[in-house]
Amino acid sequence: MSTIFGIPPQALFGQLLLGLINGSFYALLSLGLAVIFGMLNVINFAHGALYMLGAFVAWLLLTTAGIGYWWALLLAPLVVGAFGVLLEKTLLSRLYKLDHLYGLLLTFGLALIVEGAFRHFYGVSGQPYPIPDLLRGGQNLGFMFLPNYRGWVVVASLVVCLATWYAIERTKLGAYLRAATENPVLVQAFGINVPLMITATYGFGVALAGLAGVLAAPIYQVSPLMGSNLIIVVFAVVVIGGMGSILGAVLTGYGLGLLEGLTKVFYPEASNIVVFVIMAVVLLIKPAGLFGRER
Amino acid sequence: MATEIHAARRETAAPVTGRPAMPGLLALAVLLLVLIAAPYVLYPVFVMKVLCFALFACAFNLLIGFAGLLSFGHAAFFGGAAYITAHTVKVWGLPPELGILLGTAFSATLGLAFGALAIRRQGIYFAMITLALSQMVFFMALQLKFTGGEDGIQAVPRGHLFGVIDLSQSMAMYYTVLAVFLFGFAVIWRTVHSPFGQVLKAIRENEPRAISLGYRTDHYKLMAFVLSAALAGLAGGTKAIVFQLATLTDVQWQMSGAVVLMTLLGGIGTLFGPVVGAALVVTLENYLAASNLPVPVVIGVIFVACVLLFRRGIVGEIASRFGGKRP
Repeated sequence: MSTIFGIPPQALFGQLLLGLINGSFYALLSLGLAVIFGMLNVINFAHGALYMLGAFVAWLLLTTAGIGYWWALLLAPLVVGAFGVLLEKTLLSRLYKLDHLYGLLLTFGLALIVEGAFRHFYGVSGQPYPIPDLLRGGQNLGFMFLPNYRGWVVVASLVVCLATWYAIERTKLGAYLRAATENPVLVQAFGINVPLMITATYGFGVALAGLAGVLAAPIYQVSPLMGSNLIIVVFAVVVIGGMGSILGAVLTGYGLGLLEGLTKVFYPEASNIVVFVIMAVVLLIKPAGLFGRER
Repeated sequence: MATEIHAARRETAAPVTGRPAMPGLLALAVLLLVLIAAPYVLYPVFVMKVLCFALFACAFNLLIGFAGLLSFGHAAFFGGAAYITAHTVKVWGLPPELGILLGTAFSATLGLAFGALAIRRQGIYFAMITLALSQMVFFMALQLKFTGGEDGIQAVPRGHLFGVIDLSQSMAMYYTVLAVFLFGFAVIWRTVHSPFGQVLKAIRENEPRAISLGYRTDHYKLMAFVLSAALAGLAGGTKAIVFQLATLTDVQWQMSGAVVLMTLLGGIGTLFGPVVGAALVVTLENYLAASNLPVPVVIGVIFVACVLLFRRGIVGEIASRFGGKRP
């Protein structure tokens, strides 16, 4: 069989792989958003900017200090996470008593500042980031060619997503976290430091965004604009998945990435809006999202 | 029976809301005088830009300030109407007033569709859904043939208003824009001071209670959304005629953010706040464009400062200090 539904298999699987990779980033980012939302009740509008920051930190480490990909994979999320902790301690923590919308507005302002600053200093043209030596080349799978680096991105994001899910749903720390989202005052009364947990959660959530940024750097160009368009799709992913569950964020992320890839094959004009169309349909049928609970 | 209850409520509501307070009327008179005199002192195109954005911000404020709904997708209505107006006037050769009317009608229809979807969720979700839906309009504008992609629709003729008034003359254009703005402002003023506006405020303060009083809050919210979208479209269509172009900038989500900032800066839930906020932001952007400072960073810092330090906005702060209550 040389074609599938009139499409050459190479093109089909190529787009599916691309979809899976986009889905990996959607999943990592919406996972971070879900974790932050669960604990802080804040939609982190700055998530796209922090993802961009992760990629830029990796690029800066390479170009100014000669620190390569593997160290960047560790260091960039730490830097982004530390920046997040600073933001939470100095700014976000002042807004918890107020309407949650102020958190959204504050982080929107932060996104403008971070992106605007990078745009001012580095322009809008992207900076190339080389693929690490270990992951150059690719595998011939018979029906398609799989570049090693892309395979790595999918595996790495799957591992991180699963580990996060496990930590939150199956460990004692995760149990405290879930308890604190339900009733922070009661959990605090048991002697657990809830404010510290909130700060750590925000730091962890944005570190995930930073990690996604480093993973993305060799695939997409490192540019100040890389986060701002992605974040809207991730918001749609979050609405479709429903904020209630970690699993929903991850599954919806991968699923929509694949669906986008498929649309690119069969009806390319719609590939940019298919996620939003799905969102509209899901809202009509299940307003709480596919995995969400009505609150 | 139901209509009787409703009529009774309307009667009790009338004395409170029927006549606007004196400071409000005074402010209106001052605003009117300033706007009539402005083009003689300032560059008319600049003031027209302020007026278009002021109407846009007022339309947005109707939703967040009086119904408590934060839409993060109002650029779709503003920019969408700009495209429709620019296309109908330039390609179909319609007169400007019809073009603007079609743009407004388009935004109202879009508002009905988006609103019907978005009001199914509340708060942050509502904001995210409107944002995502408006991004759909952005991609449409990028890809559809008639919008001209990255170039947008350029060189839109201003034409003759009602076939008589030549709008290529900047004073004629200015007073037309002023008339459009005043019309939009009057609609909002009337809405806010009507029983309908009171119900919206009730929904903003406590939606479950409004439901328990027997109001179908979804209907009210949807009507407010459509009205707000239509007025945002009116502003966008007018802007397309003034600047003779419609581009992606108008439908980008950053534009939705800009209108939030204008309203927040001026004062959410005040009638004059969005006008003041729009004037400040447009002035600032014009002023900064010539300087070396990165505009988004400055705007972002103002945004953060507003959220953290003066959430009532300029007009809100003044009103609470001198008036003692929310206007």
